Amino acid sequence: MSLPFLIGEQMTGGYGRGADILHVCTIAVDEGQIAVIVGPNGAGKSTAMKAVFGMLNLREGSVRLDGEDITHLSPQDRVAKGMAFVPQTSNIFTSMTVEENLEMGAFLRRDDIRGTMAQVYDLFPILKEKRRQAAGELSGGQRQQVAVGRALMTRPRVLMLDEPTAGVSPIVMDELFDRIIEVARSGISILMVEQNARQALAIADKGYVLVQGANAFTDTGKALLADPEVRQSFLGG
Amino acid sequence: MDLLNALVALLNFVIVPAVAYGSQLALGALGVTLIYGILRFSNFAHGDTMAFGAMATILVTWWLQGLGVSLGPLPTALLALPFGIAFTALLVLVTDRLVYRFYREQKAAPVILVIVSMGVMFITNGLVRFIIGVDDQQFDDGARFLISARDFKEMTGLQEGLAVKSTAMLTVVVAIIVVVALFWFLNRTRTGKSMRAFSDNEDLALLSGIDPERVVRITWIIVAALATIAGALYGLDKGFKPFTYFQLLLPIFAAAIVGGLGSPLGAIAGGFVIAFSEVTITYAWKKVVGYVVPWWEPEGLVQLLSTDYKFAVSFAILVIVLLFRPTGLFKGKSV
Repeated sequence: MSLPFLIGEQMTGGYGRGADILHVCTIAVDEGQIAVIVGPNGAGKSTAMKAVFGMLNLREGSVRLDGEDITHLSPQDRVAKGMAFVPQTSNIFTSMTVEENLEMGAFLRRDDIRGTMAQVYDLFPILKEKRRQAAGELSGGQRQQVAVGRALMTRPRVLMLDEPTAGVSPIVMDELFDRIIEVARSGISILMVEQNARQALAIADKGYVLVQGANAFTDTGKALLADPEVRQSFLGG
Repeated sequence: MDLLNALVALLNFVIVPAVAYGSQLALGALGVTLIYGILRFSNFAHGDTMAFGAMATILVTWWLQGLGVSLGPLPTALLALPFGIAFTALLVLVTDRLVYRFYREQKAAPVILVIVSMGVMFITNGLVRFIIGVDDQQFDDGARFLISARDFKEMTGLQEGLAVKSTAMLTVVVAIIVVVALFWFLNRTRTGKSMRAFSDNEDLALLSGIDPERVVRITWIIVAALATIAGALYGLDKGFKPFTYFQLLLPIFAAAIVGGLGSPLGAIAGGFVIAFSEVTITYAWKKVVGYVVPWWEPEGLVQLLSTDYKFAVSFAILVIVLLFRPTGLFKGKSV
């Protein structure tokens, strides 16, 4: 097997000086693929993702991007390296227009951003329509599109999404998943934490089931969906 | 004719002074609101930053006057303003470096920063009084009036005169220019937008690669410019005395809170709300009433509150706003 594009390997750590939340946890995603982290509440799904993004101190383990060790880089430096992160909440600038949100996403870039912006508008046509509107006035699903759009503006190689479908209707959720697949097809790797485990695993190339901060099951999305034990314990039969 | 006289009296004693005062408050409140939006604390040192800015401007004005430089009908202080701004910017940047940055790195609670800013306030206040003294200082020159009361009476034949001080007019014009420039900067430039983004959502701004220390530095420089301009204009209009700037703190904070802390538009609206309330409530309406309803002879001055109590107006408005609409007119952050 070739080296994964992004891997957080055997990560152990927690927030500040608090107790460890992750215990020898490994999360990886290959180029242009979708990896999904699922698990019960409090399993450390979001924590695992934040660890990969450098938002908590790892006591053990390492994070590598395209073969390069980035364990000690700050989140900002990881953005410069081509990682983009969409937090679960407060993931847009509510008082700024949709277009300004996208501009701020591209803050580090000094080149012409109009091409990327056009791509984002192609992906989410509704945003083009509402580009002069304050992002805080949009619906939940549209806000998530702004959040993903903002993250895409850096032209990342990995897009990390923390529960992108939290609080949106099932129809909007399907729509968002379709868009996420489209993003992955354009060659951007996706690492995603999801509550809606069944739907998320259905589109995942790789699935990670975490329990109490450790890997419980790791397989392709399809295989996990078919695994009777996983179904029994985590997918409600 | 009587109605016209009433209108002129109203313009002369209420509207013109309130517009000038409102512009000064608005400029002051803009500085307070920017600090609140970006550095997330109420800067009690702002009044004395204004005093320092005015003082620096006065010193440079005197130097220019000594050199024989003059702007003709305009006050020489206008030429001195850029120098005053530079000195004040230096002061606040050094203060930030020596004082505020330490607390920022500790992630100190806003209330601690408020107390810290009070310390800075006392030091700045002392510094100003040490350098320029505690007395009144005159530094205005150029034309005194745009229209004098006598000229106006001769021109119109009305009983009431309208006097517009050139400093009042200057205040309004400069305030408009400054506000337009500030809004252009905040809404149209990359740096300005990054400041708004930082104020809106600090964590996401960091994730977008916005450098927080750069945002803070630029904010202080803009605040120094606003404070110096507001302080110098107030001094030109009403005479400079170090201690008055400390007293201005209350109406300025009232303006910022009425408008909605963190909202630049709100700061301007708040400045005029406070100025107009203060002037209309402490104005003796007897003359205007006399023109409008000549058959009614009021006994007193028809003055709601003596001018000695003008600060009570800001205070009352502040209390009412905090009770009923703590986020202010323009949906700022609640205090």
